[in-house]
Amino acid sequence: MALFGKSKYTPLVKRILKKKDEIVIKKAVTSPKEPEKSAFEAEKASEIKVKCKKCGTEVSKTEAGRYKICPKCGRYFRIGARERIYITVDKGSFTEFDANMTAANPLNFPEYEEKIAAMQKKTGIKDAVITGRAKIGGCDCVIGAMDSSFIMASMGSVVGEKLARVFEYGAENKLPVIIFAASGGARMQEGIVSLMQMAKTSAAAAKLSDAGQLYISVLTDPTTGGVSASFAMLGDIILAEPKALIGFAGRRVIEGTIKQKLPDDFQTAEFQLAHGFADMIVKREDMPKRLAEIIKLHYNSYNKGGKEQ
Amino acid sequence: MKAYDKVKIARLTTRPTALDYINHCFTGFLELHGDRLFADDKAVVGGLAWFNDIPVTVIGIQKGKDLKENMERNFGQAHPEGYRKALRLMKQAEKFHRPVICFVNTSGAYPGVGAEERGQGEAIARNLYELSKLKTPIISIIIGEGGSGGAIALATADRVWMLENSIYAILSPEGFASILWKDGSRAEEAADIMKITAKDLYDLGIIEKVIDEVPGGAGEDFEFTANLIKHSLKEELPLLMSYSPEEIAENRYKRFRAFGVYNE
Repeated sequence: MALFGKSKYTPLVKRILKKKDEIVIKKAVTSPKEPEKSAFEAEKASEIKVKCKKCGTEVSKTEAGRYKICPKCGRYFRIGARERIYITVDKGSFTEFDANMTAANPLNFPEYEEKIAAMQKKTGIKDAVITGRAKIGGCDCVIGAMDSSFIMASMGSVVGEKLARVFEYGAENKLPVIIFAASGGARMQEGIVSLMQMAKTSAAAAKLSDAGQLYISVLTDPTTGGVSASFAMLGDIILAEPKALIGFAGRRVIEGTIKQKLPDDFQTAEFQLAHGFADMIVKREDMPKRLAEIIKLHYNSYNKGGKEQ
Repeated sequence: MKAYDKVKIARLTTRPTALDYINHCFTGFLELHGDRLFADDKAVVGGLAWFNDIPVTVIGIQKGKDLKENMERNFGQAHPEGYRKALRLMKQAEKFHRPVICFVNTSGAYPGVGAEERGQGEAIARNLYELSKLKTPIISIIIGEGGSGGAIALATADRVWMLENSIYAILSPEGFASILWKDGSRAEEAADIMKITAKDLYDLGIIEKVIDEVPGGAGEDFEFTANLIKHSLKEELPLLMSYSPEEIAENRYKRFRAFGVYNE
């Protein structure tokens, strides 16, 4: 348990004031490097079929190809965090951070531990974001990818902490940060602690910015709720995948409030582009190239892809 | 008292509003309008005032006292321009070295078409981002409902206080029950496990202070609670103002950076 727990009821800030050094901000921890593997390839993917939500075609994972696109209608399948990193970074360049961080249960929420354990077993990941250092098109960067198969990539303490560490790592090591956002919003089971992650990640994004470093936010399907109202909307450059659902309030909530049906294109990537909240829409297969291009445009005398170089 | 009883008190239409506290705690409130981008959101009020002899910036999310005023105030549910107005006023406070006091009372940011078109998410995110490094003190007081992103957009502060019968949550107990159990009628049960009362949040270390109300709520004896707020501000403002602008921003960063419980 970190920083505050059940036994410590002292309000946080009293401690900040009286003992300024007490709050220790932990840094990202590099995890032992494992050979990269595609989650899809790992599980004899060719035999498993998934149904395209748009056209209904049953597609095997090999047919969907490296970028997991429906061969019939072109719709993107949602992909997990490991898969995302696999198709984005240069082969063999990824070193994971904080690989063993797992959720605690700040509110003693009934059956939360069991839920987490079941999700970990099902998805093979510890929580809803994977972070680390990598190269994209030869460019050094820090990367985070969220995974909507893990409790809708809801943002609890683990997601908030790993992303805050990513921004701080980028600030300290003079590296650009790329986050692939995908989330249904807050982690219900962490309640108010989940809400605080919005401020925490946004504050950390501001730290990166003040350090003069680039942050590219990539909005993927779906980016909604608290994530769309925090770090995901704060990129220097905001990219979006075609047709991704991106918005703050849920469609049903809005329809219930205004008593009207919303058009199909409401809260899509294209809607955000038209209303000025995304810089461009980038196809999944073009993403690595585009990211490298943008990173290189930010090289200057202060920042040349990491302080070690 | 059950958590849901507090939810009911927090939502009472007779509950004192942001403007009630502003007019009680400060003198010479001069309301300022507009986000300079789109409109003036009447769900958010803000402006300049005196706290004794200190010029301050005050901002509140304002619910109406009757249906007519609630229509005008959009039931205290702000649009992006409300958050942008608040940010504009806070940036001015930073420029002129005034402390900021926010009164939060909202069931949440407005879920509507215009709000989405004009970037409700971006507006809230921008406030979190800018407030996290604002180089002037911010005190936020949750006086009724502290509804999710719409509340934290005005509560990324150095001190967050809650009135005894106010609530602060990621979503309403009704919404929580309907998402988690597909049954909105289990709101009372949800309110219990969500940990949304002032005492819960004080115990969790999320807020610094719980401000008392008389039995039945602040509406039963407005001056009692309003005077306690005034007294707390009188104690805390000089302390916060004794920090350098850099220290105040750094302490606020640490305050939020520390939130989270995980194993590693």
